[in-house]
Amino acid sequence: MSKSNFTRRGLLKTGAVAGAAGLSLPTYLRADGHSGFTNAPTGSTVTLGFNVPQTGPYAEEGLDELRAQELAVQHLNGEGDGGMMNTFSSKALQGNGILGKKVEFVTGDTQTKSDAARASAKSMIEKDGAIMINGGSSSGVAVAVQGLCQEAGVIFMAGLTHSNDTTGKDKKANGFRHFFNAYMSGAALAPVLQNAYGADRRAYHLTADYTWGWTQQASMQAATEAMGWQTVNNVLTPLASTDFSSYIAPVLNSGADVLVLNHYGGNMVNSLTNAVQFGLQDKMVNGKQFEIVVPLYSELMAAGAGANVQGVFGSMNWNWQLQDEGSKAFTQSFGEKYGRPPSNSAHTCYVQTLLYADAVERAGTFNPCGVVEALEGFEFDGLGNGPVLYRADDHQCFKDVLVMKGTENPTNQYDTLEIVEVTPRAQVEYEPDHPMFAGGDLGACNPGA
Amino acid sequence: MDAILLQILNGLDKGSAYALIALGLTLIFGTLGVVNFAHGALFMIGAFCAVTLQRIFTLSYVTLDESQKDFLGNPLKVETPYVQSWFGESLGAGIIDWSVPLAILFCIPVMVLIGFVMERGLIKHFYKRPHADQILVTFGLAIVLQEIIKYFYGANPIPTPAPELFRGSFDFGVLLGFDPNAIIYPYWRLVYFAFSAVIIGGVFAFLQFTTFGMVVRAGMADRETVGMLGINIDKRFTIMFGIAAAVAGLAGVMYAPINSPNYHMGMDFLVLSFVVVVVGGMGSLPGAVLAGFLLGILESFASMNEVKNILPGIDQIIIYVVAIIILLTRPRGLMGRKGVMEE
Repeated sequence: MSKSNFTRRGLLKTGAVAGAAGLSLPTYLRADGHSGFTNAPTGSTVTLGFNVPQTGPYAEEGLDELRAQELAVQHLNGEGDGGMMNTFSSKALQGNGILGKKVEFVTGDTQTKSDAARASAKSMIEKDGAIMINGGSSSGVAVAVQGLCQEAGVIFMAGLTHSNDTTGKDKKANGFRHFFNAYMSGAALAPVLQNAYGADRRAYHLTADYTWGWTQQASMQAATEAMGWQTVNNVLTPLASTDFSSYIAPVLNSGADVLVLNHYGGNMVNSLTNAVQFGLQDKMVNGKQFEIVVPLYSELMAAGAGANVQGVFGSMNWNWQLQDEGSKAFTQSFGEKYGRPPSNSAHTCYVQTLLYADAVERAGTFNPCGVVEALEGFEFDGLGNGPVLYRADDHQCFKDVLVMKGTENPTNQYDTLEIVEVTPRAQVEYEPDHPMFAGGDLGACNPGA
Repeated sequence: MDAILLQILNGLDKGSAYALIALGLTLIFGTLGVVNFAHGALFMIGAFCAVTLQRIFTLSYVTLDESQKDFLGNPLKVETPYVQSWFGESLGAGIIDWSVPLAILFCIPVMVLIGFVMERGLIKHFYKRPHADQILVTFGLAIVLQEIIKYFYGANPIPTPAPELFRGSFDFGVLLGFDPNAIIYPYWRLVYFAFSAVIIGGVFAFLQFTTFGMVVRAGMADRETVGMLGINIDKRFTIMFGIAAAVAGLAGVMYAPINSPNYHMGMDFLVLSFVVVVVGGMGSLPGAVLAGFLLGILESFASMNEVKNILPGIDQIIIYVVAIIILLTRPRGLMGRKGVMEE
C-alpha cells in the first residue's frame, strides 16, 4: 500500500515548499500556490492527456484506444448514451464532467518508443496542463511514462501493458493498471492447455527480447511446468525481427511438441504466420499432434494473422463478445459510434478513464494523492470482467481473465477469436510479494508540489 | 549437418529478397548515379499490389441473413465476392486463392509507371546534386509513400496467403536420408527462391544479350562517350529506373504471403539492402546478388541456438560485422569496380 501525503498538514507543507521553490522548478513540477498539486484545474474545464501510438506498428491499436477515450470523454460530459456509466456499480459520475468541470483532452503520440512516449507525456503535462495520462500499447512505454508521471505528480492510468514489471518491480504510487498481466495469462491458460493437450508435453518458447517477453515467458514456463509440461528451450528473438523462419526451423527437430510464441503485435503476426507456413500444426511429434500457443491475443493482431490463428489458444483481458451488461453497453455504444466492435485495448482505456473520473468524484479533489486513496482497494462491478478489485499493494486490478481460441469457421471480419473460458479471478490472484513481482516499491504518491 | 542444411535453406529466401532489392538499387545507382532510399518503399508497394488485387477479387455484394446477428444485434451482413457470382463458386474461389501469383501481372505495369513518375517527376532534378541531397529527398519520398499506404490500408498487417497448393512444407530430410522433420521447408519459400532466380537471370540476360542492355552497360561504364555517339542514354536510364522499380515490386508481391504486408515493411529491408550493395561492391550487379545470398545465409546461421549460446546477440549484428570485415579487407566490396564512388 502506498504511503499517502493526502492530509491537511501535508497539503499545507507541500504548498509552502512549492511556493518557496516554485521559481526554480520546471513548469510541470510547479503547483498552483493555492492547490498544492500539479496542473490543478482552475477554470471550468479539466484536461486529460491520451498518450497512444499514432504512428508506428501499433498505430491501429492506438487509434482504437483514442476512439474509446473520446467516447469516455463524451459520456463523462453527458453526451451520447452513457455507455458503461449506466452499468458501473459506483454512481458518483453524473454526466456533468468531473467535479462539475467539463472534460477536455489532448493527445500525444508514443510511437511505441519509450523516449518518444515520455516526451509526448511531458509535453501534455507541461504545455497542455494534463492532469492525468492514459493509454499506450507497450510495457516498455508504460513503465517509462509511469516513471515520468510519478516525478511530475500526475496520475498514470495505464493502457495495454501486460508485463509483470508494470505493477511489479517498476510499480509506482501514481500509476494504476486495469489490464491483466503475464502471470495471469499463464495461470488462466495452463489448465485449459492441460485439458486440451494433456499433461505430458514438451514446450519450445520463442520470446521477444524485452521486458514483456521475459515476464511472459517466465510466467508461461512456471504455469505449464506446474502441470507437468517440460520446457525444451527458450530462444530470445530480437524485437526488430520480421522473419522468424530461422528460429522456427529448428523447433521440430528439438523434440518439442508445442511451440509457445511469447510475441505480441507485428512479431506475433509474423512468427505465427511463419510457424503455420512451416506446417508445424500438421506434424506429429512424440506421437502427438504439434500445437502452437500465443499467450497474449489482441483482436487487431488476430485479424492481421488471418486464418493462421484458427484453433490457436491465447488469453485476453476482455472481449466484446462477453454478455454481461457492462460489456454489452460498451460494445453497443462504441459500435454505434464507430461501426466496429471495440478491442480489448480500447476497453481498458475507456474503463481507466471512467475509473479516474469516478475516483476524483469520490475523493472530491483532483489532487493525485486523493485519487490514489480513492482507487486503492476500490472494488467495483459493471465495467466488464465481473467484480474487480484495484489492489492497494501494487495498484493492479484483479478480475476474471478470458481464455480465447482462434475461430475455426469465421462468419465475418470481426469473428476472429472465440471465448473458450472465463477464468475466475480467484484462479489468477497472487500474493503482493510473489517472486515474479518482487523488487519494486510503490513509494509515496506525489502530488507534484 | 541437418541443422546447417536447414539454415542454408532458410538463408536462401531471405537472401533472395535482399538480392532482388539490392539488384534494383545497384541498377539505379549504376545507371543514374542516384542513391535511392525510396527503394524499400517500392518493395512495400509491390507487396500492396498483391493486397490490392486480393481486395479487388474479394469485392462483394451484401445480403442480409436474418437468421444470424452481428455484434450490434442487427441482421448479419453476408458478403459474397462478385467473382464467385460471375464465375461460379469454385472458379471464383480459385481466382481469389491465386491472387498473389496473378498480382505479378498487375504489379509490373503499376511499378514501371511509379518508377517513371518518380524518376521524371522528382529524382531527375537531383542528378547533379550531392549524394546527401539525393539521400534526403529519396528518404523523404519513402516516408510519403509509406504514409499514403497507411492512409488507405491502415497500420495493421494484412494477411495475404499463398495459394492453397503451396501451403505447408516439404520434408527435405527424408529426401536426403535424414530423420523425418529434420529439414522441412515451406513450399512457398521454395517458390520465392525459384522466382527470384528467374528474375535475377532475366535481368542479367536482358543486360547481357540485348542491344538495349548493351547500350545501358556501356552507359554505366562511360556515360559521356555513349552520349557523344548520338545515343539518348537518359531515356534508356529512365527505362532502367522503371525496370528496377518493377524488380523491387515483384520481390514485394511474392513476399506478401511470407510476412503479412504492412506499411513499414520497406524500411525493414532498406538498411540491410544498402549494406548488401556496399558489401557486394557499389555498382556491381553480380556483387549485389552474391552479397544478398551470402548475408541472408549468414544471418540465418547467426540465429542458430548453438551460435547464439557462444555469441549472444550475434543474430542482431552479424550483417554489420561481416560488412565491416569485408570493407576493411576489400574496400571496394566483394566485386566492386575501381572508380565507383571513389572520386
